[in-house]
Amino acid sequence: MSLDKVKHIVLVLSGKGGVGKSSITTQLALSLSLAGHSVGILDIDLTGPSIPRLFGIESSKVTQAPGGWLPVPVHAANPAAGIGSLSCMSLGFLLRERGDAVVWRGPKKTAMVRQFLSDVLWGELDYLLIDTPPGTSDEHISLAEELLKNALPGQVAGAVVVTTPQAVATADVKKELNFCTKTGINVIGVVENMSGFVCPNCSECTNIFNSGGGEVMAEEFSVKFLGKVPIDPQFVMLVETGRRPKYPPGTQVNGHEMGTNGNVDYSTDVKDPGLLVEKYKICSLAPVFEAITKQVMAAVEAKAQGT
Amino acid sequence: MAPSLEAPEPVEDVLSNPLKSAPKLVAPEPEHCPGPESETAGKADSCAGCPNQAICASAPKGPDPDIPAITARLSGIKHKVLILSGKGGVGKSTFTTLLAHAFATNPDSTVGIMDTDICGPSIPKMMGVEEETIHVSGAGWSPVWVLENLGVMSVQFMLPNRNDAVIWRGPKKNGLIKQFLKDVEWGEMDFLLVDTPPGTSDEHLSVNSFLKESGVDGAVMVTTPQEVALLDVRKEIDFCRKAGIKVLGIVENMSGFVCPKCTHQSEIFQATTGGGRALAKEMNIPFLGAVPLDPRIGMACDYGESFFDAWPDSPACTALRGVVRRVGEEMGLKPETVLPED
Repeated sequence: MSLDKVKHIVLVLSGKGGVGKSSITTQLALSLSLAGHSVGILDIDLTGPSIPRLFGIESSKVTQAPGGWLPVPVHAANPAAGIGSLSCMSLGFLLRERGDAVVWRGPKKTAMVRQFLSDVLWGELDYLLIDTPPGTSDEHISLAEELLKNALPGQVAGAVVVTTPQAVATADVKKELNFCTKTGINVIGVVENMSGFVCPNCSECTNIFNSGGGEVMAEEFSVKFLGKVPIDPQFVMLVETGRRPKYPPGTQVNGHEMGTNGNVDYSTDVKDPGLLVEKYKICSLAPVFEAITKQVMAAVEAKAQGT
Repeated sequence: MAPSLEAPEPVEDVLSNPLKSAPKLVAPEPEHCPGPESETAGKADSCAGCPNQAICASAPKGPDPDIPAITARLSGIKHKVLILSGKGGVGKSTFTTLLAHAFATNPDSTVGIMDTDICGPSIPKMMGVEEETIHVSGAGWSPVWVLENLGVMSVQFMLPNRNDAVIWRGPKKNGLIKQFLKDVEWGEMDFLLVDTPPGTSDEHLSVNSFLKESGVDGAVMVTTPQEVALLDVRKEIDFCRKAGIKVLGIVENMSGFVCPKCTHQSEIFQATTGGGRALAKEMNIPFLGAVPLDPRIGMACDYGESFFDAWPDSPACTALRGVVRRVGEEMGLKPETVLPED
């Protein structure tokens, strides 16, 4: 199987859509890469793939090589700067037009998930992150089955479960936690995304979708709570336009002083030069994810040693 | 196999026969196979001599025999509206409940909501009826009535425990949606709103094919302003075009946020490519309006209250009323019958 040279597989799951699975996957990947690990992302959201857009590589196509498909590279490893390589595979790279609908029934989706797991030439990877669509259906069942059948012992580290704080979201995410229990997937922990928004004008933090719901849920299900991630429109701008994040003086995110790094001019949306991973370093969410990633890495190592 | 999506399964066939599953084959499909699910399966020239020929030829073909029963069951419903979005978490269910509450403010209208999100049903919680169960009578399953003129049906009502995961593959989900349409006693209704999960897959295909005969007024697309969401909504519009579903228009949800402290308006999900308005223009479909992000909408949903009743004077409420009227207009209804002015 093409996953043979992958050290750890981490799934990113959520029962609810639009809570930020893909954005969390992206940031986990960037953060792991900044920690010097080689990372791959497999996007199995077949009808709504977001990973190509988030990395700004929508026009890339998958290339065929002897023995399988080559993933699309985001950046190469840079040992001098301590940055690991990053590459992605998504159905988005197989579409002719970006707006094309993929109208597929379950069996076709199952076949595609299987093919993604068996035919992609990842090469040596420290981490493979698997981004999933919302729900507990065909893609998830197939993924769980395939990994159970084909993954090496200790290879599948478990799942990072993403939620937003409102009860409407946690209600669905609780279903996903039960799915993990039933299918024997280890839950590494819960991330609460969109937890608060810091007004760029007055730095007042408002809990738009409430706050704390994810933490309470994690406690209820006795799983680890990995942290709260606030909404940062600068991150949205970074991935949407490639603009370097800018913060007004006095902005604090999760206790970190962001300081001023330039004139805050929201009118420009020019793409700044440089790699996404470099620009992400100055995003307010980078330290937040550094902390989350550390916990994920510790859990993954512990799991790998335990088996 | 080279990476390609040149479908062995033509989209038209998938759209017209969403419930058909592939017959079990005894040998790999040969070259020039018409596809074991196609109309010509077992009969094409290339089928001669194939060990699967008899299996393919005898597999059931043609339209679903239950469709006339569904059409009869739904004959008392005047208007059917789908709420769609390719993207999850943009507010499909929230908008569905708000639309239902708005339609139900007219005491002469009866409104139903069918929640076809099998793996992540949100409607019962938002309607405050999470703990209810379905009652079965001789005439069929009774919807759960939230108000005298507002009924709801969802898979959530069938779960023994509220947090149970529904780990089902496509065909089973399709079967339940069929039951919701065939076995639920909807009765005489003015509006049936169909809430859907994100994506363009089994649930959407089956809803479309089951409702085609009885007629759908159209679909309301819900989006948020950022391109990551619009990208998936584009796919959903493409799906509607292929399936022949009329798009009534696009609603942009979570559009701007007013800081409660300094009243500065921030674009949390920035419309870097022009948002829902630009997409509507590009796709040549009506733009129904933009609803600002108001934390109280989320709170009202968590507590199962009607946002319209709880905060009638908020800007979000005013915007929503405008959107509801526009939806009515696009359906060919008079705004004052849809949502009477106070």
